[in-house]
Amino acid sequence: MYQFLTGPMLWISFAVFFVGLAARVYLYIKGLHWQMDRVAYGHFNDRGVKWALKSILFWLIPFKPMCWQKKPIFQTLFFLLHIGLVLVPLFLYAHVMLIEQAWGVSWPTLPGWLADALTIAAMVAAVMMAVRRVALPEVRIITTLHDWFVLLLSLAVLATGFFSAHQQGGGDVWVLAHIALAEALLIAAPFTKFSHIVLFFCSRAQIGMDYGIKRGGAKGRGIVW
Amino acid sequence: MPEGILCNKTPIQNEEELKRLLADTRGRQYYAEMQELEVDRDKLRTTLANTFRSRFKTWLEICARCGMCADSCFLYTVNQRDPKQVPSYKIQSTLGEIVRRKGDVDGAFMRHVMEVAWSQCTCCNRCGQYCPHGIDIGVMMGYTRGLCFSQGFVPWELKIGSGMHRVYRAQMDVTPEEWVETCEWMAEEQQDEWPGLEIPIDKEDADIMYTCNAREPKHYPEDLAEAAILFHIAGENWTVPSKGWEQTSLSMFAGDWEACKLQAMEVYAAMERLRPKRMVGTECGHAHRATVIEGPYWAGYRDGQPPVPCIHYVEWVAEALRTGKLKIDPAKRIKTPVTYQDSCNYIRNYGLAEIGREILSYIVEPGYLREMAPNKEHNYCCGGGGGFNGIGMFRPQRNKALLMKREQILNTGASMVIAPCHNCWDAIRDLEEEYAIGISWSFLKPLLIHMVEVPEHLKPKEEDEDE
Repeated sequence: MYQFLTGPMLWISFAVFFVGLAARVYLYIKGLHWQMDRVAYGHFNDRGVKWALKSILFWLIPFKPMCWQKKPIFQTLFFLLHIGLVLVPLFLYAHVMLIEQAWGVSWPTLPGWLADALTIAAMVAAVMMAVRRVALPEVRIITTLHDWFVLLLSLAVLATGFFSAHQQGGGDVWVLAHIALAEALLIAAPFTKFSHIVLFFCSRAQIGMDYGIKRGGAKGRGIVW
Repeated sequence: MPEGILCNKTPIQNEEELKRLLADTRGRQYYAEMQELEVDRDKLRTTLANTFRSRFKTWLEICARCGMCADSCFLYTVNQRDPKQVPSYKIQSTLGEIVRRKGDVDGAFMRHVMEVAWSQCTCCNRCGQYCPHGIDIGVMMGYTRGLCFSQGFVPWELKIGSGMHRVYRAQMDVTPEEWVETCEWMAEEQQDEWPGLEIPIDKEDADIMYTCNAREPKHYPEDLAEAAILFHIAGENWTVPSKGWEQTSLSMFAGDWEACKLQAMEVYAAMERLRPKRMVGTECGHAHRATVIEGPYWAGYRDGQPPVPCIHYVEWVAEALRTGKLKIDPAKRIKTPVTYQDSCNYIRNYGLAEIGREILSYIVEPGYLREMAPNKEHNYCCGGGGGFNGIGMFRPQRNKALLMKREQILNTGASMVIAPCHNCWDAIRDLEEEYAIGISWSFLKPLLIHMVEVPEHLKPKEEDEDE
């Protein structure tokens, strides 16, 4: 089982993930249309590129956009969850070690205590987001099964990862569950809202260009967020 | 497929049809017919296939349902935080549903979509600023309005409005002859006070081509006179076109994209005919949005630019004050607490926030400006934008929508609101009528006329201070 999950299945997962997400980006860009979107893509590139980058970057900086300023708690949950799901896996000793064994390449890793702390924080954030989905009427009304799937799968990957790092003997159950769930996430990514892994950047770049090229980029104060 | 005589899928084609629709008081027959109107599902499916592209598809799909848009929406706030007013809900339950059902929806559903699209969203685009993914629901609601219009589900007043543009190339029944007569009349009226004042019509190669809102010649031509006086004082070489003088577009509010194009092209034709250095539009937000920001796309200009550079009236005023073409008498500056209404269409969506403040720095005595909170790009809609002001059947909802602006204005403690936008101006007027909070409201032109220093050579021989 372990052999299969870390062998062929891993390759299939990565292939679906990277090819699938690349296809989503390609289809997104292919589907843009200057006249339908009413944005002169390809013109005023200096402003377009600058606003696209700003539009992405601002939202990756705490307290930068007005939304994060107004919603500090949600902002905190957002950053904690995404740090746990994106940065921790990339710089986790156990992950980097596997890659080093396979390909002989490696890079600096997080100290164990920090990786643990960030993972716990991410799990707490995911639970808080789940509570939010139930407790706040304005979030409850728009929540769908799809949203629960995305949130619970993320939480499950974090939790099984954490337990597999801290299991007290007793076989590979947590490790196997962690790998299987993480692969499920990778495979689901192109076909579900996990596609925001790439489409977040596409969408933010597009609205940035919309404002930069058309809606005041030539006149305004350089930002509307 | 049954269609009504007045309520149907065909836009107004001629004056006769327009008059017949106008004669239907408050759209009684029109809305009765709408109850029977069926959806052309094939047409809806085809429209979606041709126009629903990756941007909207992605927006609807990746919406994280985080609810950040809720508090950004003033209609959510004024409606006691009703979850059905959450922007994400509003678009997912309308456009989202049409897309999921691939256009397989019925008349009752489309009537619901119509209500949401015109009474629960003013297309102010504020939610797009607060969405982590940058999803602009105002833009999608505009698209949804287009789908509604193409199926005949559009508020009566806006079918008339877009019909006006189709028949008269103006939002009201003002013919080119009537327009020219109004210009001549206004110029003549001013001769005692402003000898030599002209409203030059169809002058070629002028520095400025001025365009306006049909309401001005139709209902308050003094606005046109004021524009002329200010250009006269500033010594501008300007003109108005006999055709293509109307800058507004109720067809944009209606989602009638074909009429939008016809209207914008009329103005661009005037630019090409008269070759002005640039166009200056009147104090109207959506007119600027329609003719300067969106219009070039309807007209098919790939760079998104109108044929000549176009500026909003506030930009012209700021420039005239900055360069000294208009000089303010410091003694006449506003010395009462005053606030400024940022119009969504050219502040949030065109970046002119600081231009407004520059003007205020000249015309308001220091210490008397009371900014609204939030303001500038983050300001709330006046409450009547996107056509909301003009739709009779949604008047109760519109009146409720005014409560946010009421609150904002009251919090400033200002007794006067400067609103260089027709829609905002109307909403604030209605707000005072409805809620009587003791404020006055004004465009910039009448304020400037009373404050500006008149050069000696422009004064009448027997100098006489105006009232």
